[in-house]
Amino acid sequence: MSTLPSTPQSAEYPATGTARVKRGMAEQLKGGVIMDVVDAEQAKIAEDAGAVAVMALERVPADIRKDGGVARMSDPNMIEEIIGAVSIPVMAKSRIGHFVEAQVLQSLGVDYIDESEVLTPADEVNHSDKFAFTTPFVCGATNLGEALRRIAEGAAMIRSKGEAGTGNVVEAVRHLRQIKNEIARLRGFDNNELYAAAKDLRAPYELVKEVAELGKLPVVLFSAGGVATPADAALMRQLGAEGVFVGSGIFKSGDPAKRAAAIVKATTFYDDPKVIADASRNLGEAMVGINCDTLPESERYANRGW
Amino acid sequence: MSDTPLIGVLALQGDVREHLIALASADAVARPVRRPEELAEVDGLVIPGGESTTMSKLAVLFGMMEPLRERVRAGMPVYGTCAGMILLAEKILDPRSGQETVGGIDMIVRRNAFGRQNESFEAAVEVDGIDGGPVEGVFIRAPWVESVGAEAQVIAEHGGHIVAVRQRNVLATSFHPELTGDHRVHALFVDMVRAVN
Repeated sequence: MSTLPSTPQSAEYPATGTARVKRGMAEQLKGGVIMDVVDAEQAKIAEDAGAVAVMALERVPADIRKDGGVARMSDPNMIEEIIGAVSIPVMAKSRIGHFVEAQVLQSLGVDYIDESEVLTPADEVNHSDKFAFTTPFVCGATNLGEALRRIAEGAAMIRSKGEAGTGNVVEAVRHLRQIKNEIARLRGFDNNELYAAAKDLRAPYELVKEVAELGKLPVVLFSAGGVATPADAALMRQLGAEGVFVGSGIFKSGDPAKRAAAIVKATTFYDDPKVIADASRNLGEAMVGINCDTLPESERYANRGW
Repeated sequence: MSDTPLIGVLALQGDVREHLIALASADAVARPVRRPEELAEVDGLVIPGGESTTMSKLAVLFGMMEPLRERVRAGMPVYGTCAGMILLAEKILDPRSGQETVGGIDMIVRRNAFGRQNESFEAAVEVDGIDGGPVEGVFIRAPWVESVGAEAQVIAEHGGHIVAVRQRNVLATSFHPELTGDHRVHALFVDMVRAVN
């Protein structure tokens, strides 16, 4: 859409936490790479490499997978250290439905909250009410209906879920293609059909109609889950992602600083194979991947959330 | 020169799409610019909102910084919003190590001066040279201008801080008109481009 929803002039001015301010923040991240970091040192490496934001978390998804157990919000000390170390925006994860973790993250002053399936869900029925917060939220989705349900709950940015911590981009590709294909299908519907489409998508009719008119989500769409190489990042952008989250792919590789900078380059020049080729040279070892078809259903994070 | 100038939007990172739409609705032909040869073709340039550190690094890395400086020195009209404002400042108060700017306006900016995302806000802003009432100012982790040189003209303030400046052909705002449906600031810039060409 050309403009973000306007704030009624009757609203208290100046106004914080408006839809325009929350969604507009994500618009500023477009074309960029958001990197998972576990301490201040990694955060600085990410910033120096050209990351547009960092995601502060205690363990990258690959380690959460390896360690097992319950994965929770990170230690506030660690998040504050990262906030103090860099000038780019800092995001942090809350468990699905754990609105108190989200309240804590808001009080720490993080710039975006990721209500994330990578952590162990705290509520198997409800996601957090994201309108209740000044801090904007990003949420994962595997298809259009899921994306629109999250937006209906107040999410100001959507990312594909992918399969985090695998170094395998196949699920992110599946989710992004699914979302794009479902949007393309809506474009062809007339008004009569949109009511039934909303029922099929289990999403509010107004949002479905908006997507049909815009030909895109009303919020920014990033890719996440399994990006490990510059070419992976460029692939996601060519498939329509407006930017990329990279989790384990950077700091689980042989030369994180170099790989981080290379992924940033390939994300900007995603349609220029020569730049991607140059960025891909001599990066050292990529993270060891996991084949998603041998991953048991119970270990698939993308199944978390609904 | 026709009445429809060709205006580029620096497309290294940021809200490029919104600027392209705003420029088109202000009667310019707009296109993204990522390479020196693309920069050479445009009559004016917008530096969008985004992360100024990222944009500055990519501009250096891909050989855009010097061509940008040369064209701005030669008088090409430029408009920067938020991160774009930072890139147009001669001096950043608290730069990240090695953060370079294009320059063009004799001013000192403070990055993220209005605070982090939780402090991001909307407010009505009166801008000198724009008729029809205040514009809707969307401020996102926005910078402000600490001080300006003799040649720079302050055209808007908010809460006692400078939020819009013009120096000859260079325009900068702390806020993001591209995120609103009000394209009067873009229309002002398109007029600046027309006046030069």
